Amino acid sequence: MTSDIADLLPCPEPVRFLAPDGTRVELSEQAAARGYAFPEPEELLAVWRAMVLGRRFDAQSTALTKQGRLAVYPSSRGQDACQVAPILALEEQDWVFPTYRDSMALVTRGIDPVGVLTLLRGDWHCGYDPQATRTAPQCTPLATQAVHAAGSAHALDRRGADAVALCLIGDGATSEGDFHEGLNFAAVFNTPTVYLVQNNKYAISVPLAKQTKAPTLAYKGIGYGVRSEQVDGNDPAAVLAVMQAACRHAREGKGPVLVEAHTYRMEAHTNADDATRYRTPDEVDEWTGQDPIVRLQTWLVAEGHLDEEQIEQVRAEAEEQAADLRDRMNLEPVVEPLSLFEHVYAEPTPQLLEQRAMVQTELAGQAASADSPGQDAMEESTR
Amino acid sequence: MSQTTFAQALNRAMRDAMTQDPDVIVMGEDVGALGGVFRITDGLTRDFGEDRCIDTPLAEAGIAGFAVGMAMQGFRPVIEMQFDAFGYPAFEQVVSHIAKLRNRTQGKLAMPIVIRMPYAGGIGGVEHHCDSSEGYYIHTPGLHVVTPSTPADAYSLLRESIFSDDPVVFMEPKPLYWSKADLDLPVGTEPIGRAAVRREGADVTLITYGPQVPTALKAAEVAAAEEDWDVEVIDLRTLVPFDDATVQTSVRKTGRAVVLAEAQGFGGMGAEIAARVQERCFHSLAAPVLRVSGLDMPYPPPKLEHTYLPGVDRVLDTIARLQWDDEPDLTHAGAGGTAVTV
Repeated sequence: MTSDIADLLPCPEPVRFLAPDGTRVELSEQAAARGYAFPEPEELLAVWRAMVLGRRFDAQSTALTKQGRLAVYPSSRGQDACQVAPILALEEQDWVFPTYRDSMALVTRGIDPVGVLTLLRGDWHCGYDPQATRTAPQCTPLATQAVHAAGSAHALDRRGADAVALCLIGDGATSEGDFHEGLNFAAVFNTPTVYLVQNNKYAISVPLAKQTKAPTLAYKGIGYGVRSEQVDGNDPAAVLAVMQAACRHAREGKGPVLVEAHTYRMEAHTNADDATRYRTPDEVDEWTGQDPIVRLQTWLVAEGHLDEEQIEQVRAEAEEQAADLRDRMNLEPVVEPLSLFEHVYAEPTPQLLEQRAMVQTELAGQAASADSPGQDAMEESTR
Repeated sequence: MSQTTFAQALNRAMRDAMTQDPDVIVMGEDVGALGGVFRITDGLTRDFGEDRCIDTPLAEAGIAGFAVGMAMQGFRPVIEMQFDAFGYPAFEQVVSHIAKLRNRTQGKLAMPIVIRMPYAGGIGGVEHHCDSSEGYYIHTPGLHVVTPSTPADAYSLLRESIFSDDPVVFMEPKPLYWSKADLDLPVGTEPIGRAAVRREGADVTLITYGPQVPTALKAAEVAAAEEDWDVEVIDLRTLVPFDDATVQTSVRKTGRAVVLAEAQGFGGMGAEIAARVQERCFHSLAAPVLRVSGLDMPYPPPKLEHTYLPGVDRVLDTIARLQWDDEPDLTHAGAGGTAVTV
């Protein structure tokens, strides 16, 4: 029994391959015993590239918010390694269960950025096809997707799909009941589910210390019989290695894994939030020095896997993608009012058909009044 | 013809659906070896295996959320909430995900989930075992809300619900679990969305559903025998979608309507029906639409439930108040606190 518990326990210190200055560090004894291998340079180049593209997307999205093109955008800058590496650890047949903050992960997944931003722009709730992309809609209620991931993983397992369900979750969501129920179901049914908690230290404004008394969120796995791990979330090499191992564990039928990544949200919760009210500039500065892109890039350059020319190329590619996103987001989305009625039920109820007819009449009336500008101006003046 | 109970009809509906389609699975607390606390899932694990009729951890949100994940992968989960009020921890999963995922994903993700829920009282259950929680679900677009009152409907509506591509909150009136009918299964009754006229009448339309259908029929008999009122009884069978047509046709014929529902009256299904009837049948009405309901309070302890529950007398008192020309006593709220609409 003791050995079983030891198998579940996370390493006492977060798994780390690269120090903040981009130099290699020795794996802890426990981490080495778990067999985490430093990823191949090509894999790390892919992670670096996806982080550069992802961060540019993130910055562009933040800018679009300032221009009023997005209703809101929750940035994941600083969490780039946690957004990118887990996705690159997946196989094509795997499923992802993201939260509202995981837009960078979805772009890395290959989903069209405009589709990713549809929710935040406000033209529809989900702008991509979950079946085609094997990616659930971004989840706004906290932790509810932890249970969906367990159920989907169980179903995929029964279908013989050899697929893993990756559930992305924040630190605040670990306080929710559904986090508990998700992990418990995943464990009881021995499902191939991998939970990645991106512990970015704040749930909007509430710090981790007011969220939990657990020394580390990774300990939460033990109570469910779920193998757990903690990783330096700003070390892209470590996140990739740990997530690859977690996916392998789940794929081999050994049950779910919980990984806690220690990271930091560099921006406010969203553009509507004022982070200066609850955290100090010193704290933010400390994390600025741990930037995952800088860290990996330093190592890649020092080891001769990356040069200035390649860096410029990827930067240019990121700029192109951002420009494309900007151009497409600056087009007014076409939203068809009557589409409201199409997806409430497979077959609309008689009540919805009545309301549809009413809206259709209203729209016809509006179109008619738009055709007679005199009346329009009169209405305008009475407002 | 053989005698079939309501409970047997439900069991057979799941059984037949599971035989028909291997993607139909049943999940819930104690649904396996025990067959559910009401034995509705009796023998399903034995006959279909633990993968098809699954005992889950004791966690309603978990059951509902797990079903969401399975439905995403093409399964048709039939989940059991052991008792009406045990369903509340799952409320977020039901209203935020099961009800909305089709809409949120523009039709890309269907949620063909049936949430079976024993509801209503009159069986001497202790607290949290006798709620009528349909009001929460009818207020949630994206859900169908179905409630049978006969063994034939129990079979047919459940079978149809399981193969519906929309989620169905399937409310089972637990006082009727042991009611019987001469019935050979399988049977197909009218589909979801259609009400049934259980008794024809000329003077007043009594609109009800689920556990109160027997009360309505009894009241209609007494009214005919003792008061010379000819009561038409409509069993809605489905609360969402609502069968406006059958209700309107009846009210236009009788000119009077009473809505009978066991749940608390305030803001409930009865209010919705009364409003719809008045919006659509105003010129046919000889009296305001009245409601008979449970009281606006938490479901009482078993020794007091018969004071709470709308019984035959309360229905008859309300019908008597429909003689609107006789200037009813407006200061008198009526037995059971049903208020006059003026």
